[in-house]
Amino acid sequence: MKGAFYWSVRRELWEHRAVWIAPLAVACFAILAFVFAMGVGHFVKSGNFSALPPAAQRQLMMVPLGMAASMVAITGWLVAVFYCLDALNTERRDRSILFWKSMPVSDLATVLSKAAIPIVAIPAVAYALAIATQAILLVIAGIGMGSNGADFATLYDRLPLGVMVVSFAYGVAVHALWYAPLFALMLLVSVLVRRPFLWIVVPAIAVQLLEKIAFGTNYSGAFIKYRLVGGMTEAFAPGAMQHPITQLSQLDPVRFVTSPGLWLGLLAAALFLYGAARVRRSKEPLS
Amino acid sequence: MATIEARGLRKRYGATTALDGVDLTVEEGRIVGLIGPNGAGKTTALNAILGLTSCEGELKVLGRDPWRERDELMRDVCFIADVAVLPRWMKVSQALAYVAGVHPRFDRAKAEGFLARTSIPLGKKIGKLSKGMVAQVHLALVMSIDAKLLILDEPTLGLDILYRKQFYDSLLNDYFDGRRTIVVTTHQVEEIQHVITDLVFIRAGRIVLESPMDAFEARYAEVMARPEAAAEARALGPLHERQVFGRSIFLFDGKDRDRLEALGEVRTPSIADVFVAVMTEGNASARAAS
Repeated sequence: MKGAFYWSVRRELWEHRAVWIAPLAVACFAILAFVFAMGVGHFVKSGNFSALPPAAQRQLMMVPLGMAASMVAITGWLVAVFYCLDALNTERRDRSILFWKSMPVSDLATVLSKAAIPIVAIPAVAYALAIATQAILLVIAGIGMGSNGADFATLYDRLPLGVMVVSFAYGVAVHALWYAPLFALMLLVSVLVRRPFLWIVVPAIAVQLLEKIAFGTNYSGAFIKYRLVGGMTEAFAPGAMQHPITQLSQLDPVRFVTSPGLWLGLLAAALFLYGAARVRRSKEPLS
Repeated sequence: MATIEARGLRKRYGATTALDGVDLTVEEGRIVGLIGPNGAGKTTALNAILGLTSCEGELKVLGRDPWRERDELMRDVCFIADVAVLPRWMKVSQALAYVAGVHPRFDRAKAEGFLARTSIPLGKKIGKLSKGMVAQVHLALVMSIDAKLLILDEPTLGLDILYRKQFYDSLLNDYFDGRRTIVVTTHQVEEIQHVITDLVFIRAGRIVLESPMDAFEARYAEVMARPEAAAEARALGPLHERQVFGRSIFLFDGKDRDRLEALGEVRTPSIADVFVAVMTEGNASARAAS
């Protein structure tokens, strides 16, 4: 029999269909935009793709592929943020916490199943959708260019498809691990207070202001920035993010898994989740 | 081993005392009605029994400490904590699948059987059902769990009389088997009079009356006294006196039946009558004391 954890995750996915609908909608939008670009000839203005040098051909195709994938991933991230701010709060507002608590599911299993949505489920969905979108864009480009008489087969050779698939998977995993403490903190705050969004944003701004006024420094700001975007700096070779990833040597997994920021973050995530489970234990419905 | 064993339960929320030393024993196979005015501590007592809130004192439910062992306890304990706690976004079929997934004692076929007797479509969302239907779904789920203890906190609040009657009928006919234990709180006292086996009155965080129903019926008697016997009845020290159509109705506690028959027409009072008498008696004596 599948356990309480499995069914708790499934019920989260039943409730929060935006987990896959929002990235799917963005993926469809990206495909439509690309079809439009092909149709009006905006994508290859000259219509003479074959005449371009190989590097330009590659660049031309990698930009829409990269943008589509990033848009899907960013949408997933936004859905994850809103999910976390809401997850342990709504069940108290709509009183359904009394139903969940009447089942033999521990608070820790509940909190872990909710943490699995932003840390595992959403990245996995975003990855699958992004790769599928890229594949569809390539097919559309092939059809469009083929009808213009361009030799599209050479583009497939020019594009580092294997590297793209691997590096995007790596990027998604890096983000999931790097943001785990942020998501866990949001879950903790969402069980503690009525307005989780304010309680995350206001202190983050207030701390920076106070530090600036009192000491004239901005270490807190640097710390927040590090927790928000530092993951990519740790995970990729210096300067690698300025260009599209075409070689696996631009990835630096060794530095990433040995960076203290990752492990301290995961430790904090574990503590936040444990705290959220402890707090949920004595929480009753709001109102 | 009693199903519920509580000794000196105390719970304070800031300045207010919700439970003020509750002693309560509920044996297996009883259906206990926990009756009290608003704010008397009913829900707090149930929450303590369910491990939803911590409290001082000694409490064992099915031999476990509910606050420390809630997860294990919930395999053997079910509860409907007031109406409308089923998640509104969930489809009925999803609710069945979920409970079947997480609860080892849930019999899905049984729940589907209960629901087949109603007009509730399995594909519909809970939020689209009427209040009465939601209560039916919740009851179908709960009755299909092979639990030892069922706790019902105002399970019929806001339901119309047809659903209320049906609710207790199914509970007695399809669920209660003499081994399970049920604890129910409600303001609709009259509708559980013939359902419960034991009565508990709670007032200001204390148990003020605890009695099996047969003893209750033997103990309390209501006399509609003939006008000329009213003074004599009053002299016997009734618990409560009220006027109906110009005649005095006296409620007596533990008085000899034959003696009461001489005063007028004697009948068994409703729980509600005794409840009012017991609750106001406390107030009267409190006023007298101060």
